[in-house]
Amino acid sequence: MSIRERLSGNEAVAYAMKQINPDVMGAYPITPSTEIPQYFSAYVDNGEVDTDFIAVESEHSAMSTCIGAEAAGCRAISATSSCGLIYMAEMLYVAASDRLPITLAVSCRALSGPININNDHSDAMAVRDAGWLMLFAETNQEAYDNYLQAMRIGEAVSLPIMICQDGFITSHAIENIELEETEAVRKFVGEYKPAHYLLNKDEPIAVGPYSTPVYYMETKRAQAQAMMDAKKVVQDVADEFAAWTGRQYGLIEKYEMDDAEEAIIIIGSSAGTAREAIKQLRAQGKKVGMIKIRSFRPFPAEEIAEALKHVKAFAAMDKDDSFNAHCGPIFAETCAGLYANGVSGPKGISYIYGLGGRDVRVESIQHVFADLEKIAETGDVGETYRYLDVRE
Amino acid sequence: MSHLAKDMTPQVTWKDITPGGAIFEGGTSQVVETGDWRTMKPVLDMDKCKQCLLCAPVCPDMSIPVNSEGKREDFNYFFCKGCGICANVCPFGAITMVKDEK
Repeated sequence: MSIRERLSGNEAVAYAMKQINPDVMGAYPITPSTEIPQYFSAYVDNGEVDTDFIAVESEHSAMSTCIGAEAAGCRAISATSSCGLIYMAEMLYVAASDRLPITLAVSCRALSGPININNDHSDAMAVRDAGWLMLFAETNQEAYDNYLQAMRIGEAVSLPIMICQDGFITSHAIENIELEETEAVRKFVGEYKPAHYLLNKDEPIAVGPYSTPVYYMETKRAQAQAMMDAKKVVQDVADEFAAWTGRQYGLIEKYEMDDAEEAIIIIGSSAGTAREAIKQLRAQGKKVGMIKIRSFRPFPAEEIAEALKHVKAFAAMDKDDSFNAHCGPIFAETCAGLYANGVSGPKGISYIYGLGGRDVRVESIQHVFADLEKIAETGDVGETYRYLDVRE
Repeated sequence: MSHLAKDMTPQVTWKDITPGGAIFEGGTSQVVETGDWRTMKPVLDMDKCKQCLLCAPVCPDMSIPVNSEGKREDFNYFFCKGCGICANVCPFGAITMVKDEK
């Protein structure tokens, strides 16, 4: 039986952590994820979990703590945002290469500069090549549900996993949420039983040794395979989760895509705004739809190509800019996916939106669809690199 | 699939390499020849050596073995990197640094 509650996204993630009762948390506060270790440290203090909470002096140390703990054979977690995630960057790569399934909650926030504490995806996108699995949530419910599935996925392929939600928009907004019973959560998540770990006295190992050119590339190829294998695991765990809770997830979510002629590809909380925009446009008879990416790593290239195959025009929505002078990261990956899968029909544009907390309204999304309608009608794609809701 | 260090040869494939390149054995540095980094090589003149043992403790690589009778033996060239500290510290000029040639 699910329990109906009202929680902020940060609180929901902290509550999931409490239900799972992991072994070690290494964390350092940063807006807007601060509440996660704050709530969790209260659970530690009240004896509601038996996690070792290690207060550190920086995010670099927080991730190093998690690496040490996970290598020792523990389940380790952390939470961060923005510059904190970037400060961890060096160790994020180490965690992935050492194949340590750490779970990191990220409440996404813009990077400095200009200094800004509001939401966009520049922090998570900046570490997209670190080798971590990355799931994004649209709502508080999804943040909670993704967190409950995180360890099952990460531990199955021996890769660390980020559970991303939108800073303030979901991290601080209180929404209705369905929580699961702690006993059922623990049964679903299970115990962490690593095949190899440092504190196993019967099997001495050295984790993270120097790798010469003779071995480095084989090590990375094996890591790449784990990410490829993760696609099936993300779906399998989602299906098992659905059988338990009734809430179904996938690598992507298709909304009104069956007969869509124009579509947007989007990630995170703005998918909710887009849903409303699409509802209104559908009422006017427009054939519009949305692909929401839940799993950004592994990237569902085939699934997106399949879903976009018959559309006339699409816009990839990036809450981040690659500053490559032509497009955002989701556009780049989407186009690579289309090309690799032999889909050349749809015309695409890259839209950069919502940077540094710029409000994304229903009208914002409808403006994008108006652009797409024009492209679909005329076949003229025009400028492919666009900024949404920026003062001209 | 073996995880043993001895099976992680330069021929190991990506399917067989240990996760993250982890080494499943202790003390494996003993089998890695680091002496081949050397460009200069210390040579001991036993006639000049007084067995004062000033050289052995200053060696950063423990490449000067001392036997059970408390006497130093010849250099362990498998690990000696030719830093020359021993030659510098020897009061009797018993250690000479020469160009190491293969």
